[in-house]
Amino acid sequence: MNKQAIIEFDHFSFQYYSQSEPTLHDINLKIYPGEKILIIGPSGSGKSTLGHCINGLIPFAYKGEITGTLMIDDQNTKDLNIFELSKMVGTVLQDSDGQFVGLTAGEDIAFALENDNIPHDTMHERVRRVAQMVDMQDLLSSSPFELSGGQKQRTSLAGVMIDDVDILLFDEPLANLDPATGKTAIEIIDDIHRTSQKTIIIIEHRLEDVLHREIDRVIMLNDGRIVADMDAHTLVCSNLLKENGIREPLYITAMKYAGAKVSCDMLPGYISTLKTATCNEALCTWHNAIHEKTPINDKSSILKMDQVSFSYDGVRPVLQDICFDIREGEMVSLIGKNGAGKSTLSKLLCGFEKEDQGIIRYRGEDIKDKTIKERAEIIGLVMQNPNQMISKSLIYDEVALGLRLRNIPEEQIKPRIEKVLKVCGLSPFIEWPISALSYGQKKRVTIASILVLDPKILILDEPTAGQDFRHYSEIMEFLVELNKLGVTIILITHDMHLMLEYTPRAIVLAEGRLIADTTASFVLTDAQVIADANLKETSLFNLAHMAGIEDGTAFVQGFIDYERKLKNR
Amino acid sequence: MKLFSYNTVDTPIHCLSGFTKLLCFLLLTFAVMYSYDIRVVLLIMIFSIAILKVSRIQFSQIRTMVIYALIFIVTNAIISFFFSPEMGVEIYGTRHRIIKLVGNIYLTQEQLLYQVTKFFKYASVIPLGMIFLLTTNPSEFASSLNGVGIPYKASFAVALTLRYFPDIQRDYRDISLAQQARGLDLSHKAKFKDRFKNSLLTVIPLIFSTLDRIELISNAMDLRGFAKYKKRTWYTSKKLDRQDFTAIGISALIFIGSLCVSLFINHSRFYNPFI
Repeated sequence: MNKQAIIEFDHFSFQYYSQSEPTLHDINLKIYPGEKILIIGPSGSGKSTLGHCINGLIPFAYKGEITGTLMIDDQNTKDLNIFELSKMVGTVLQDSDGQFVGLTAGEDIAFALENDNIPHDTMHERVRRVAQMVDMQDLLSSSPFELSGGQKQRTSLAGVMIDDVDILLFDEPLANLDPATGKTAIEIIDDIHRTSQKTIIIIEHRLEDVLHREIDRVIMLNDGRIVADMDAHTLVCSNLLKENGIREPLYITAMKYAGAKVSCDMLPGYISTLKTATCNEALCTWHNAIHEKTPINDKSSILKMDQVSFSYDGVRPVLQDICFDIREGEMVSLIGKNGAGKSTLSKLLCGFEKEDQGIIRYRGEDIKDKTIKERAEIIGLVMQNPNQMISKSLIYDEVALGLRLRNIPEEQIKPRIEKVLKVCGLSPFIEWPISALSYGQKKRVTIASILVLDPKILILDEPTAGQDFRHYSEIMEFLVELNKLGVTIILITHDMHLMLEYTPRAIVLAEGRLIADTTASFVLTDAQVIADANLKETSLFNLAHMAGIEDGTAFVQGFIDYERKLKNR
Repeated sequence: MKLFSYNTVDTPIHCLSGFTKLLCFLLLTFAVMYSYDIRVVLLIMIFSIAILKVSRIQFSQIRTMVIYALIFIVTNAIISFFFSPEMGVEIYGTRHRIIKLVGNIYLTQEQLLYQVTKFFKYASVIPLGMIFLLTTNPSEFASSLNGVGIPYKASFAVALTLRYFPDIQRDYRDISLAQQARGLDLSHKAKFKDRFKNSLLTVIPLIFSTLDRIELISNAMDLRGFAKYKKRTWYTSKKLDRQDFTAIGISALIFIGSLCVSLFINHSRFYNPFI
C-alpha cells in the first residue's frame, strides 16, 4: 500500500508515571484512511492505553513518558492538544451511561457543538441530521433514564460523529450491552464505515462478537507489544488466540473438537463466510459420538417461587406470576434484557422488596417474615461492581464485617475467615490492604465477605462483566468449585458464553414474565426466546446447519456435554 | 425522594425561557426583599401564588419543601423575637404594648408588624423559588445561570449534578441494601452512634464508586472539547420571544413599583402606620 497512513506509531513507547514498567513497548503500526481495525488483547495488554494515545487522553489526562512518535494525519501528537485531536478522532467510551453528559439525548449529541460556540439554530439543525444517521431523531428529548443501553450508545456515537471526525475510536463498545444490542452495535458501526469511509478502530476483547461483520485487520496486543497484525481468517487459524488469552469463536472450538483442521481457505474468520464442506463429515461423526448426558439433579428443592407478582407503584407490574423451582446444588442463569425484572427478582429474594402476591419458599418454608439480615444467612447477593461493596481497607476487616455486625465473638470470627479465605484462594493476602488487589481479587473478597455468613444460595450479578477470557475463566472456575462444595448459585448475566459453558439451566425473563425455564442449549437456539429476551443465536447453531445437522439444539447440547467431560466437571 | 422533579407540562410558565424565569425570579425576589411594606409584600405573595396555580404545580410535589421552609421561617421568627424584641420599636419609633411576656419582654404592635412583614417576605419567596425550580429544565437552568453572568463551568457543574443525582441516589440505595444484608442496621432501632458509624460503611463504597464515575465523565467531557473556549453556547437556550419580554416587563414593573412605594410614599424601606 502506498497510501499515506492516517495514524502512524513509530517506535512508540509509553510509561505511566505511576508504573515501574512501560505499558507500551516499541509500537510500530500504520493505519490507513478508511480502514476498519480491531485492536484485541487481554486485560493489561495495553490496548486501552493505545486507544488513549490516539484520542489524546494520554498525555492530557493520564501523565507519563512518551518515546518515539505518533503521527495522526501528518501531525505529531506531541504538538497537538486534546481539543485539536478531538476534531480528528472521535471516541465512544465503553460505559455509554457514564459518558452521557446531557440531560436529554439531543443535548448530549450537541455537547461538542456547544463547546465550539456553534449558534443555536445551526446546532439544532446539525443535531437533527446526525440523529437521523443513527436513528435517534424521535428520541431527542428523552432523558438517559428512558433510553435503553443501545440507544445510549447510539447517542454517544452521534455525539462524536457530529464533529465530522475522520477517525472513530470505539473503546469496548460491547461491554454493558445485551447480546442482541451488541450485534446491532456492530452492524451500525459497519454501516457507518461503509457509507462514510471513516477510519474505524474498535478496541475489544470479545472477538467473535466483533467478527459478526467484516474487519480489515486485527491487531493483537499482549504485554504492551504487537503480537499479531493480520486478517481475521489468518488469525483464527493460528494458535495466537489461545496463546494470548483471547477466546476463539465457538464454532472454531467445535471444529477443533471434531478433529477438523481449520485452514485459511475455509474463510473461517467470520461465520458468514465460513465454508465447512471439508469438515462436515468430521462434525457429524463427532456429534453422533457424544453420548454424555447432562446429569439430572434430583435433589430436593431449595428455592421455590410460587406465582410471585410484584409492582413498585402498584400500577405497573414489574414481575408477574413467576414460578420456578431451584434444586439444591444447582447452578442457574437468570437472563433477560435490561428492565425485564432480573434485579427486582433478586431484590425480592434478598428481602429488599416484598412480593405483592405469591410465596417464596426456602426448603419448603415460606420466608416472608424473615428480615433482610436473616435472609442474608440463607441467600447472599454479590453486586456487580466490587467497589460498591467494599467499605474497609483491610481484607480481614472487610470479610469480618458481616460477622462483627452479628456480634459474633472475635475468637470465633478468625477461624471462619481463615476458612473462607482459603476457599476463595485469598489466604496469602489475609493481612493485605484491599487497594493492593487486582479487580478479580477484589471480586473474590466481596464473594468471601458474603460467603462468610454461610449462605446456602449465592446470587451474583454479572460476575464476569468487563473481564477478559483469563479472568473470566478464573472467576467462573472458582464459582464451579464453590458450587461443588454445595452452594447453590444463581447468576444474573448477559453473557451467553457463560450460560453455555457453566449453567445447564437458564431462567429467562421478558417484560416481567418468565418466558422460559429450560436448558441453555434450547435458550440459545430457539428463535422466539432469542427475540423476546434480546439474545443472539449461538454460532454453534449456524455451524450445525452448515454441516447438515438438523437438530441444532442437540448439537449445541452435545457441545456442552463434550466440554463438561473435557473439563472433568 | 423527588426533590428536583422537573416535569414537562404545557403552561405559559413552562414555555418561558430559563433566562426569563431566572431574571423574573431575581426581580421579584429583590422587590419583596427590598420593601418592608406589608401591603407590597402581600400583593407580591398573592401574585406568586397565582402564578403557582397557573403553572399547575400540585401541592403534593412541593409539600416536603414547603414544610421545611415553614419550619425554617417559624424558627427564625421565634429566635429573632427573643434576640431583639425591641426591633420594631427601634424601627417605627413608637411603642404600643400589647401584652407582657416573660420578664420585661413585651410584645408590641410595632414588633408584631415588623415580624409579620418579615414572615410574609420570606413566605412569598418560597412559591417563586418553587415555580422556578419545578418549571425549568435543569439544563436550561444552567444555561440561564450562564446567561446572567455566572461562569459556564460553574453553571455546567449545576446541570451535571442534576444529571447524575438520580444515578448516585440509586447507587446509594443499592449499596445500602447490600450492606444491610450483611447485617448493617440503619433503622431507628439502632443507637444513634451506631447508626452514624453504620451509615459511614455505606458512604465509603459510594464515594469510591462515585469517584470511578467522575473519572469517566471528565474523560468524556475532555474528549468532546469541554472548556476549550472562554464561552460556550447552549443547546437548550431559547430565543426570547414576546411572552418572555412580557414576563420580564411585568416583573420589572413590580420591582420598580416596590422601589417607588419605598422611595416616594413611605420615604423609607418601612411602611409606618404608627405615626
